[in-house]
Amino acid sequence: MSLATAAAAPGRRALFGTTALRGILRSPRISGSLVAGLIMITLVVLLSVFGPRLVNARLAAVGAVRPSQAPSAQYLLGTDSQGRDMLTIMVLGTPQTLRIGLIAGVVGLAVGLVLGLMSGFFGGKVDSVISVLADSLLTVPSLAIMVVIAASVGHMTVELMGLTVAALAWMHPTRTIRSQVLSIRERSYVSVARANGEGELGVLFREVMPNLVPYIAASFVGAVSGAILAAVGLEALGLGPNDVHTLGTTIYWSQKFSAVLRGQWWWWGPPIVAISFIFVALFLLSSGLDRVANPKLRQRT
Amino acid sequence: MPIDYVVKRALQLLLIIFIAVTVNFGIPRLIPGDPIESALQTKMAMTGNVNVDVQAVAAAYRAKFGLDKPLWAQYLNYWGSIFTRDLGVSLVDFPQPVVQKIQSAVPWTLALLTVSTIISFFVGSILGALIAWPRAPRFLHVLVPPFMLLSSVPFFLLGIVLLFTFSVIVPWFPPGGGFDPVSILRVDVATITDLLYHAILPALALVLGSIGFWALGMRAMMVSVLGEDHITFAESKGLPPQRIFLWYGMRNALLPQVTSLAISLGSILSGAVLVEVIFNYPGLGGILFVAISGKDYFVIQGIVLMLILALGLSLFVVDLIYPLLDPRIRYQA
Repeated sequence: MSLATAAAAPGRRALFGTTALRGILRSPRISGSLVAGLIMITLVVLLSVFGPRLVNARLAAVGAVRPSQAPSAQYLLGTDSQGRDMLTIMVLGTPQTLRIGLIAGVVGLAVGLVLGLMSGFFGGKVDSVISVLADSLLTVPSLAIMVVIAASVGHMTVELMGLTVAALAWMHPTRTIRSQVLSIRERSYVSVARANGEGELGVLFREVMPNLVPYIAASFVGAVSGAILAAVGLEALGLGPNDVHTLGTTIYWSQKFSAVLRGQWWWWGPPIVAISFIFVALFLLSSGLDRVANPKLRQRT
Repeated sequence: MPIDYVVKRALQLLLIIFIAVTVNFGIPRLIPGDPIESALQTKMAMTGNVNVDVQAVAAAYRAKFGLDKPLWAQYLNYWGSIFTRDLGVSLVDFPQPVVQKIQSAVPWTLALLTVSTIISFFVGSILGALIAWPRAPRFLHVLVPPFMLLSSVPFFLLGIVLLFTFSVIVPWFPPGGGFDPVSILRVDVATITDLLYHAILPALALVLGSIGFWALGMRAMMVSVLGEDHITFAESKGLPPQRIFLWYGMRNALLPQVTSLAISLGSILSGAVLVEVIFNYPGLGGILFVAISGKDYFVIQGIVLMLILALGLSLFVVDLIYPLLDPRIRYQA
């Protein structure tokens, strides 16, 4: 999903033919960080899609293997003190963390897109209400509100987790889209389209939307990254999904059983590496997309 | 300062308070299921007594706590209890009032957060300004990418790695906590040293994790400031480079950084809460973790309310002070 959206941005020019593709790769808009981020994310997505089919899910149940074993040939990433195989937990948990991030990212971006377009296009009272609400909620420590929601939910699932996080994931996209709509609708080609008799909706979908694509892609990556950050935080507090493994709940359990002080680095180490890998990938991707969306940034460096 | 600017900011603060209180009141009531009945049923299952009319007992409880009244009356009651600073009692440490629990935790969080934010803000800003400065030593440029990568990783993960490295592998620092449990808290050198000794690792996690963010913002600001005419003029006047850097460049570039400080305080606070959990620090994050494990709902709600109100208030103050600091700002009412 993220791949499709991200690739859509430079892809606008690829429509002209394959020779254009080589031109795009050499284009100063495509930075090393964009390529590196894309490769890293692709690796994570591939692991998430195919990994769970290659492992035996029963090894992730409590008491399935000998507890508290350091990594060895038999248990490549060791086992935790409740007798679960860490490699299996990692392979099963990474896709769930990504799913939460994607659900929250998609919902947050969709809400943000609708509100941002409404705000930027209608202006007036609609704009004031949406902007004040988004600005105010941006200053609230989002973890606090999500803690109230998550603590009230009796049985937490991955989908509910995604929606909980999405409840506070729409403000940044709203603001980005709103400011871009405001700037784009004042440009001369929009006036030309209006003079040619194009209606408001035509202007919105034929003139404004195509130019928003890079910003939407960048907002999406930002929303997913923020959502994973929030979800991992909630899970580390013990508010994660009850019946599946995620990277954050693994950290929670390792914390609950003081794995850090007991030196069981193979328990909390792998989720930290995986989470950091995802965040670094998303960070590279978003700074790469920034460059696509905003070519002025290039001149500054 | 125009009065409508102040009024608008005050209204925004009121809106935040309203949202915080309403979310705290509303969300637990939106979720289906009756917490009183389920708690009673759990208790009964534990004691084995099944011949009691749960409905009747639950009704008695509801009448006692005013939960049989219509929703709007409960809502008004909730507002009233907030104004009288009554947030209920802890269910785990019964009957300690929630307010008392929070009061003992706030100084820890406040101190940790303030000190580490100030350090990372200035170190990061200076680093960022130096990178944008053409005469800066080359080695600084090598420092930046690692810091930027660190800033994209959550603080508390950094905390785990620091805790393991510096209190398990090389036991230089204590394995968590806020103070030596056998010492008595007094105002003397030994106590203060002990407090600092315990605060260094959690503070380091927050500092290392945010330096890159400040450096990045400052570099962008500094590059645009250094391109302006007054810098060229100062250079052609022959002013010493240090003076141009500090007073013509950094001073102008630093002020917009204050805005991003205000905007990101919320995420820094969320991060600090989790760092406290990792280090078992006695601040708001530490007691929040304990409250969540014990399903101590009143404490959870109290902390959440506290976090939102404190942040809203400090942003309000920043919003009022900021235009005084930067005369270039125009009041957008």
